[in-house]
Amino acid sequence: MASGSGGIDALGQFELTTHLGPIGASVNFTQSNLAMLGAAVLTVLLMWVGMRSRAMVPGRLQAAAEMGYETVMSMCVDTIGEEGKKFFPIVFTLFFFILFGNLIGVFPYFFTFTSHIAVTMAMSLFVFILVTVVALREHGLHFFSYFVPPGVPGLLIPLMVLIEVISYLSRIISLSVRLFANMMAGHVMLKVFGSFIVMLGGLGVIGYPAAGLSLAVNTLLIGFELLVACLQAYVFAVLTCIYLHDAVHLH
Amino acid sequence: MTKDTGGPKHSFEERLKFARGKQGMDPPPTAKGKEPDVLGSNPLGVGLRVGLELVSAFLVAVAIGYGLDRLFGTAPILMIVFIPLGGAAGVFNVYRLMAPKPKDESKTGDV
Repeated sequence: MASGSGGIDALGQFELTTHLGPIGASVNFTQSNLAMLGAAVLTVLLMWVGMRSRAMVPGRLQAAAEMGYETVMSMCVDTIGEEGKKFFPIVFTLFFFILFGNLIGVFPYFFTFTSHIAVTMAMSLFVFILVTVVALREHGLHFFSYFVPPGVPGLLIPLMVLIEVISYLSRIISLSVRLFANMMAGHVMLKVFGSFIVMLGGLGVIGYPAAGLSLAVNTLLIGFELLVACLQAYVFAVLTCIYLHDAVHLH
Repeated sequence: MTKDTGGPKHSFEERLKFARGKQGMDPPPTAKGKEPDVLGSNPLGVGLRVGLELVSAFLVAVAIGYGLDRLFGTAPILMIVFIPLGGAAGVFNVYRLMAPKPKDESKTGDV
């Protein structure tokens, strides 16, 4: 199918189709929404099932739940400061939602919702608005002094304010594109090398060594994808914390 | 050993630290002063991040310029004005990314 004259269809995997039959079609319930639901359910299950036993010496699942909690908690407190505890729930939710979304996507037949810019952009817009609202609530109109860097001569202030505003707004794009590009690039690579295996394998005996090489590359890529999935979830959460730090402390 | 078990839980960490320090098992405290790097020391990650910062500021500036032009009907002028500003903001982003240490010192000094 992929080895037709049209070449490799690397982007077809990101197409959305509706699920759950006619009910899903009428409300546009796509596999992306299904994956989001799956990520949310997995997060709740990890916390609920993991912490049900409340053993003094934790089992594997409880240890995972506790480590997740402590990692995010220390991330919040280390990056934002003592006020970081207030923002723990949102950072925890974002981290685990993205982490499970990325990890679900590594499995075959599952969909990676973080490989759509619409999803990551919505999340980064949410973070951006949250940060701005927090800054306005903490500092009132004093917040706008954030755009005037200290030690700038008076003549340059209008220019610097414009530049700072652009740089502040560019957070939305850099935060969302980073996650989206990493996830999409990884899945395109997987698909391209997967197609190589099929196409080269179809060549017969000559193609087998090259197909085997592609299989080896794909195996490595899966491992790399796992790394990227965790790393990008962590980076998103840490950057959210850094932005919240800026909002709480200003400069 | 047995009389240690009764104390409040939070002090366990302190006692452990004290005991470890006495035995010389703790790494020197200077290692903790280093801030956790967002992207680690992976050069590819740093490179991608720098490129992204440059481009995203530029894109925002172009979008602002284009939008204001549409609003005021001043065909290309505002976009032309905003494009160099976007480039400057991108370089500023990269500067902030690459030179965080001295800024952190002054930040704690100011507040």
